[in-house]
Amino acid sequence: MKFGPTPWQTVGPFFGPALVAPGLDVLADSHTRGQRIFIEGQVLDGDRSPVPDALIEIWQANAVGCYDHPEDPRQDKALDPAFHGFGRAGTDKSGCFRFATIKPGPVPGVDGGLQAPHINVSLFARGLLRRLTTRIYFPYEELNASDPVLKLLPEPRRASLIVKQVAKGRFRFDILLQGDDETVFLEI
Amino acid sequence: MASLVGYQPEDEASHPPNAYPDYVSTRKRAPVHPPIRIAHTLSEITGPRLVRGASVLESLDLTRGSGGEALGERVIISGRVLDGNGRPIPNILLEIWQANAAGRYAHEEDRHDAPLDPHFSGAGCLLSDAQGRYRFVTIRPGAYPWANHYNAWRPSHIHFSVFGPGFASRLITQMYFPGDPLLALDPIFNSVSAPEARDRLIAAFDVETTIPERALGYRFDIVLRGRNATPMETSR
Repeated sequence: MKFGPTPWQTVGPFFGPALVAPGLDVLADSHTRGQRIFIEGQVLDGDRSPVPDALIEIWQANAVGCYDHPEDPRQDKALDPAFHGFGRAGTDKSGCFRFATIKPGPVPGVDGGLQAPHINVSLFARGLLRRLTTRIYFPYEELNASDPVLKLLPEPRRASLIVKQVAKGRFRFDILLQGDDETVFLEI
Repeated sequence: MASLVGYQPEDEASHPPNAYPDYVSTRKRAPVHPPIRIAHTLSEITGPRLVRGASVLESLDLTRGSGGEALGERVIISGRVLDGNGRPIPNILLEIWQANAAGRYAHEEDRHDAPLDPHFSGAGCLLSDAQGRYRFVTIRPGAYPWANHYNAWRPSHIHFSVFGPGFASRLITQMYFPGDPLLALDPIFNSVSAPEARDRLIAAFDVETTIPERALGYRFDIVLRGRNATPMETSR
């Protein structure tokens, strides 16, 4: 028997006390293996006004490309006990967010190859009836050229998924919700 | 080689579009480009499990706040978390939040001229049990006005945030109460075009879970996206 799914509804503006807590935007500590990085950015609407009430969640593999999840078949050998891969942040009054994490390793794809290092992103907000999903990629990665998701994207839009390095270990990922140069969103 | 089981495509007839102009906030926030469909990999099939270090209980009572009882009509919300084949999903984190009985959120940005209740935070989290069941006690939230259009009122609702087994099965939704006359006028509820899908957002009054002399029971099952029947191949 098929069960119809429960429909999506907007997260609305008042999720903060229930969903956001200090420290949820910090994924890595001094015990975590890998290169410590910061990812910061701003969420902007179709008028390029800041979105001060968005919720961003990230989900990523550890430094060797392993997800902390039983369906990743490499759990025994590749897990990092000091990294679980999930982060959450609400945007501030300027629409800004920041995560402290580590750079993920490459993850296996479906075609026998490797996906370029990436971070999976969910975005929720008042005015979005459903989640938006996208991915964060890193510049100067050899695997970007063969990544199955990046390869799907036309060249001018591909750049919206690749973070800009603003300092050593600091990357910028702005999310433009609407417009000609809006961020690429993915249907998963 | 290892086998991964992907998720079925989202059932578009059951979900709202992001661009829905009657809900005015969508006009400057909904993307104009269609999303780009990607194949499921480990990135979509895996997902966060324990997302909060804080203690998460299998039952929750929001009516007993700091030092006193919340005002309003006590209700018991219970149900199951299921997948698209009707199988229970155990150990799922549910996060809930809602307005108080007067229709006011305990949130600094809520400017509705209605009283706060010092004994009601309206926020909590719990886990589904081994059979996918959950249950919490709260008060029925009040309706409240919003600025979407002239004389706009949100029907009574409780927000639910649900983590399924994978990144692909995330769901955030709102639960409504049966017979609420505001439902017919609410653009957020009506953004779901199929009536049978909208009905899945409305809890059912349940005398079985009603506690005599204490609280009315409502049942609300949450059905997450289904998995594929057959695995796909991936390298390891």
